[in-house]
Amino acid sequence: MDHFPTNWGRPRNDAFDAYGTYPIHQRAPVKDTFAEGVQHTQQPIVTGTSVLAIQYKDGIMMAADNLASYGSLARFKDVRRLHAVGTSTVIGASGDMSDFQAIQSILDDLVTDEFTHGDGHDLGPAEVHEYLSRVMYARRSKINPLWNSLLVGGFRDGKRFLGYVDLLGTTYSAPSIATGYGAYIAIPLLRAAVDGKQDQLTEENAKKILHECMRVLFYRDARSLDKYQIATVSAAGVTISDQIQIETAWGFAEGIRGYGAQTQ
Amino acid sequence: MPDGSFAHPQQRQFNPYTDNGGTILAIAGADFTVIAGDTRQSEGYSIQTRYAPKVFRLTDRAVLAVNGFAADGNMFVKKVKQRLEWYRHAHAKDMPLRAIARLIQTMLYAQRFFPYYVYNILGGIEEDGSGAVYSFDPVGSYEREACRAAGAAQSLVQPFLDNQIYFKNQKAAPGTSHPTHLPLSDVLSIVIDSFTSATERHIEVGDGLEIYVVVARGRSPQGIEGIRGVQELSAQPNGDRTFILRRELKKD
Amino acid sequence: MFRNTYDSDNTVFSPQGRLHQVEYALEAVKQGSAAVGLRSKTHAILLALKRSFGELASYQQKMYRIDDHVGIAIAGLTSDARVLSNFMRQQAMSSRMLFNRPAPVNRLVGAIADKAQVNTQEYGRRPYGVGLLVIGQDKQGPHLYEFSPSGNSYEYYAMSIGARSQSAKTYLEKHYESFADCTLEELIKHGLHALRETLQQDKELTINNTSLGIIGPGGAHEENVTAEGDFRILEGDVIQVYLDTMTPKETAEGAQAPPPAPAGAPQAGTGDEDVQMAE
Repeated sequence: MDHFPTNWGRPRNDAFDAYGTYPIHQRAPVKDTFAEGVQHTQQPIVTGTSVLAIQYKDGIMMAADNLASYGSLARFKDVRRLHAVGTSTVIGASGDMSDFQAIQSILDDLVTDEFTHGDGHDLGPAEVHEYLSRVMYARRSKINPLWNSLLVGGFRDGKRFLGYVDLLGTTYSAPSIATGYGAYIAIPLLRAAVDGKQDQLTEENAKKILHECMRVLFYRDARSLDKYQIATVSAAGVTISDQIQIETAWGFAEGIRGYGAQTQ
Repeated sequence: MPDGSFAHPQQRQFNPYTDNGGTILAIAGADFTVIAGDTRQSEGYSIQTRYAPKVFRLTDRAVLAVNGFAADGNMFVKKVKQRLEWYRHAHAKDMPLRAIARLIQTMLYAQRFFPYYVYNILGGIEEDGSGAVYSFDPVGSYEREACRAAGAAQSLVQPFLDNQIYFKNQKAAPGTSHPTHLPLSDVLSIVIDSFTSATERHIEVGDGLEIYVVVARGRSPQGIEGIRGVQELSAQPNGDRTFILRRELKKD
Repeated sequence: MFRNTYDSDNTVFSPQGRLHQVEYALEAVKQGSAAVGLRSKTHAILLALKRSFGELASYQQKMYRIDDHVGIAIAGLTSDARVLSNFMRQQAMSSRMLFNRPAPVNRLVGAIADKAQVNTQEYGRRPYGVGLLVIGQDKQGPHLYEFSPSGNSYEYYAMSIGARSQSAKTYLEKHYESFADCTLEELIKHGLHALRETLQQDKELTINNTSLGIIGPGGAHEENVTAEGDFRILEGDVIQVYLDTMTPKETAEGAQAPPPAPAGAPQAGTGDEDVQMAE
């Protein structure tokens, strides 16, 4: 998993656009919208960064900030990247936000269809994850991917579920998962704090761990924001929190040579 | 380029494949087969999960190991399983191993120009009761062998198997000959050693090991029931029997 | 032979507000040999009477496995049943492919009922000539449904379809309240007694003419049943043990024995002869 959604699903190429400014500076002049026929998504445009999720004692918890970037521009600062699907599942998305919104409407339609059966066989997190995997894999197989890395979490029938699926259709489950930059920065912290201790971890501690990781990410990930939301899924159902502000201290910068206002 | 120039126009297009690491392995005995795989799934230098199974039970006497691009692998196993279910509906019995092997070749070759990026190893018991291993390339070429390793650490494990199973570069003691088939305990030792060694030397191998053992109907399971942590999967103790054996591998 | 002038097209109502072709299709179900279904708190079972076209012929197939958790018994045109069972199998597989979930039984039955309804309304079609009993289990427990060519489907505690099924129904109606707490063996015994009611006077249930389909945990006489209690069809020698538990018919006047069979009682659409039409 790569920090830059632009690079997902592509051969690694560190020499190209190392600062991840695309697409701002280098959009080719377009003569005619359909000159080259119908185009498939070849790169994400408005992107969300990391999503973090962990299992804890009573269910799962997921966190994502409220930023949608346009290349290096912090374009939308009140975007919702966590979305409830039915009554026992939540999904979180990094990558292209328009593709994510398309996924939301696909899943909302699905939930409505299931609801109208009215027979009590509604979809749980594992079913939603399987279905999303089929959608993502089918789109990659048409070489027309939905440019996202998605986390699916939930709690139903006394069992928690946490899974990952991306634009290639790759899937997996684990006690703690992170997408994007979080896979590098947050995962070591989360695995140390969570893996093997899922059954003991309290809601309060789980929240604290995610908060710390979101703070570290905000310090280190230039495409992140100090405003985020947490989704909790337990026997009580899905709750998506209000926006949480990350408190940061940048005073240390004063002491670093060549940083900030210093000239010597 | 970051400065916005197009001095060297580049075409960058979507690559529908990735490599998720891991290694699989199968060895056929006279009347049993061992099929194994590690459980790490990775992409690049990141471990995605420490438990993603790569070995799947298809029927009472067939086990399939898949390695390569995990999304293709999971989809392929799902499709094979559904084909086998249709066979069960039509014939009220399980498809024989050699027929599954041919089915897999057909399904792989059908995707010749957009292949499943997956190396398959099929192991199990033939209709004559012998242990068998079939190995495949991503587009369906296949052959029956006595043993095969595939995946990230194939280049580490296969030479070891050549030496230990086929006795390559070994000379039998005067007046003796190499055995054509090894007993189960020897095979299990070789499998476990293969994976612990591959874990040491290959970053994409590790975390956990799943070993499936299929024993032909009416043949001795050679004491496998006594091994620590063995679990029997077969519902019919008088038919072919399948066992699973799990071991931890180093997680670094 | 036509009943009247509103026969030829199933999309045309008769002046009495009836669709004759649909009613004839229901008659086709009654031509087939009987099938019986029962449900307890833990199990759902099917029993069916297999016909043979003679000493030299094999017995027909009355039951089909749809998935691990669903099975059906049929009465009527076997070829129509194959179309429907194939469709149900596809639906079941598609549910596993898309959601990794066993298809909810009520939705499978609803899907074929919808298919059947289309055939009662669209020009140039004919209704299916087969009725089904569908058993299945999901997280709510075991279920039993009846499907009929009219496009109706209902859930039942116990039900019978096919030739002389009214006799079996009479038995089931008398005993159904005790089914919920039955063991598998007791439930099968009730099922056999009910199925026996559909026989002609000189015939009896044998290991050759009886099919037994079970969903739920393995019983006292069963081996190799999965922990989930997947659907299985029992035929031949293995059902002898269940046939042996039946109360002999002559002494059937006892307290908990079945009521005297109204054998040969005239019923709509069936005579005394077991109609030998192609199934």
